[in-house]
Amino acid sequence: MGHCSPRAGPTDWPGAEDMGHQPEMIEPTAWCIAALLALSALSVCLPRRHGAIYAAATLVCLALLWCGATSLAAPVSGLKLPLGLPVTGVTLSLDPLAAAFLIPIGLGGAGACLYAIGYGQHEAEPARVVPFVPLFIAAMTLAVLAADAFVFLFAWELMSLASWALVLARHREDGNIHAAFVYLVMAVFSGLTLLLAFGLLAGTEGGFTFGAIRAARPTGGTAALVFVLATIGAGAKAGLVPLHVWLPLAHPAAPSHVSALMSGVMTKVAVYGFIRIVFDLAGPPVWWEAAIVLALGGATAALGALHALMERDLKRLLAYSTIENIGIVFIGLGLAMAFQSNGFTPGAVLALTAALFHALNHTVFKSLLFFGAGAVLHGAGTRDIGRLGGLIHRMPWTHAAMLTGCAAISALPPLNGFVSEWMTFQAILLRPDLPQWGLKIMIPVDGALLALTAALAAACFVRMHGIAFLGRPRSEPAATAHETDAWSTAAMALFAALCLVLGLVPGIAVDGLAPVVSSLLGERLPPQLGDKWLSLIPISASRSSYNGLLVFLFLASSTMIVVALAHRFGSSATRRAPAWDCGFPDPRPETQYTAESFSQPIRRVFGALVFRTRETVDMPAPGEMRAGGIVRYSRDLAWDGIYTPIATYVGIVSTRLNTIQFLTIRRYLTFVFLSLVALLLALALWQ
Amino acid sequence: MTGISFDISHMLAGFLVLLSFLMLYQVRLPPLLNVLAAHAFALSLSVAWQAHTQDAPHLYITAAIALLFKAILVPWVLRRMVVRMGIHREIENVVGIGLTMLAAMALVALSLEFMLPLTAKADPVVREDIALALSVVLIGLLLMVTRRNAVSQVVGFMSLENGINLAATGARGMPLVVEISVAFSVLIAFIVIGVFLFRIRERFDSVDVGTLHMFRGGRQ
Repeated sequence: MGHCSPRAGPTDWPGAEDMGHQPEMIEPTAWCIAALLALSALSVCLPRRHGAIYAAATLVCLALLWCGATSLAAPVSGLKLPLGLPVTGVTLSLDPLAAAFLIPIGLGGAGACLYAIGYGQHEAEPARVVPFVPLFIAAMTLAVLAADAFVFLFAWELMSLASWALVLARHREDGNIHAAFVYLVMAVFSGLTLLLAFGLLAGTEGGFTFGAIRAARPTGGTAALVFVLATIGAGAKAGLVPLHVWLPLAHPAAPSHVSALMSGVMTKVAVYGFIRIVFDLAGPPVWWEAAIVLALGGATAALGALHALMERDLKRLLAYSTIENIGIVFIGLGLAMAFQSNGFTPGAVLALTAALFHALNHTVFKSLLFFGAGAVLHGAGTRDIGRLGGLIHRMPWTHAAMLTGCAAISALPPLNGFVSEWMTFQAILLRPDLPQWGLKIMIPVDGALLALTAALAAACFVRMHGIAFLGRPRSEPAATAHETDAWSTAAMALFAALCLVLGLVPGIAVDGLAPVVSSLLGERLPPQLGDKWLSLIPISASRSSYNGLLVFLFLASSTMIVVALAHRFGSSATRRAPAWDCGFPDPRPETQYTAESFSQPIRRVFGALVFRTRETVDMPAPGEMRAGGIVRYSRDLAWDGIYTPIATYVGIVSTRLNTIQFLTIRRYLTFVFLSLVALLLALALWQ
Repeated sequence: MTGISFDISHMLAGFLVLLSFLMLYQVRLPPLLNVLAAHAFALSLSVAWQAHTQDAPHLYITAAIALLFKAILVPWVLRRMVVRMGIHREIENVVGIGLTMLAAMALVALSLEFMLPLTAKADPVVREDIALALSVVLIGLLLMVTRRNAVSQVVGFMSLENGINLAATGARGMPLVVEISVAFSVLIAFIVIGVFLFRIRERFDSVDVGTLHMFRGGRQ
């Protein structure tokens, strides 16, 4: 499997200079989609060969990754298939933006399938999972390749439905049916708003191909409406606050490799949809749109991190952290829109590069973390970090991979998460004198929120890793946990290595994304790889630069020196002894820090405001033989403020409308007749 | 198209509208079925005239289908049904003939007002044909809405379908396969409705659709 390494992808990225004659990669990509669909059908016919199906899907995803990587700087290639609607057919095209998002799909898909070769064996009902995974990946690829609105919306809905089936794969577990229902409602809502957005973009002439839409870009009120609808539609899929409520329910409900696909890849397809509509199809953004995106991004990042910090369920924690990272990506996009609307292209280029890079990075480390969560779930049998502990001894490989992922997602150098967040910060600090007050206020606010988010995310992952892997086991399954299989370990190790590579040599990603950015904004960042010592200099050397290699060398050498000194001067004899416990040895694991106690200070600070947290002491009555305790109540304001009222209102209206289900045939005919006449009358008067 | 042929096609289409009005006026079933037969006959004449003026021989087939099935077979079968059910002497309680006629006139005005500006650039024959066809369709719907008897509703449906055919043959280049499929779908609908009529009759001893409503479970 040497050539299957996901590491092969980024190192294959070509520089922008040597792009002479590129073969058109659209056809191989389309064949990849066909192959994935065939695998999906094949897995139904071969119910016992799941490992082979996943292995084949891994290879196809690697081919997708290769297609994306080689066509980043290639000219746009299109393909028209004689399928679908008779007039429009199926139009596909592979431009740099699509290629940039083929990479997360190929990479995340390959990783998830490689992981699933081993992990899928533990599945109780694999027939509910296996056929939908290749279908899901194929739908995401098709959504990215689509060059007309029909294909895009079809692929978008197919992606939603395939992932819905995967969320429902374990329908007997508590809450999963509810999660799938909420997911389906939000997916339908997202599809509906995008349908309206494309309807407005196509206009009355009905030019549904992207080329026709670009030729007649909307203006004024229509453009504003398209922006709002696209933000709602793509934001609901990506998990923007307050449209995020389905995400922490649905992502953890699926099997872990699917959670990795949903969190790591599907949210990127949503980001792609946003970029495609707002930057490409709907024309240059306006400043107030940028302010809205900045506000939404900042709120999403901070709230996602806060929620993640409060969560005890390992996979829900990761899902909330996905929301946080989507917020960071949208902050980058909002900055790019703000700079572009004011004609400050270098800033827009930096911000957009940072956003795209962070999206790619998030695919890598969130997939890694979900793989690790799956390994923990399989090894220790629980997702509740309050029942884990001490896994470092039982699952050393998972521990190492998860630690790398935690460090990367907490934006610690020299890993990849740091680079993209650092570039986002550089874009914020670059803030020239923008004339609009909305942006003048919003950009520094986002800077503060981003700093807060980074700190909260670090605290969240220290908590997660510390509680789950360090200390003593808090339950019997955790004490007897076992390491996961070789395929899963290989997938985790490869992604951990990728975190390091992208952090050490970020230039390959930044240079690879340059043609994408220049296709959208007209300019690009200066080439980074040619620079000496592989430094990353986004603006100019006098302002700021980052050298991952140097940081890594410094960290490694200082660590080695400290270790050498400690070994030289300290005692080399290892002995195991009880932890120091103030002189009162208490063997019970409850005496350790718990997940709640670790997050309590932050809950005290933010909880009353953001979660409406209340803590009450539950004291047993005198003479009652039970333990007392502290009960904590917290609420999600998005549910209370938005969804519960909407659900109530929908319930009332549907109860009222229920009466029209019980009319006579003649009344129905009368309805049809009157509505027909009313429509004709309206049209006649309209003329 | 020369003046006389335009006038003739216009007259035939207008004749259809007039017959639709006549249908609204009939309160007993046998005369209603007679008018339906006349309606279909006028349609087949109109289609045949279109076939002649457009030099489209396949439209003669359509005209023949209309004549055979709609003008002869369907009214004959319906009449037998009515007689077998013994409702041929019943007087149907209609909403109010005067009111219905006024509504129908308003519908004709609406369809002319709606269609003529919309098709301003089209061939004048097509314009008139489509506008009159729309009024036939609307009057057919009105007939279905105002009648309680299932047989009269079938008649309304048939006249509605005649209107659709009129519009379709007015437009040039309508493929034969579409017409045939429309004719067959109507035939099948007719058979299904006929079967249902007897089933309803068996069960409820009446073909008043109001009785269906009473039978249904759930909320009233």
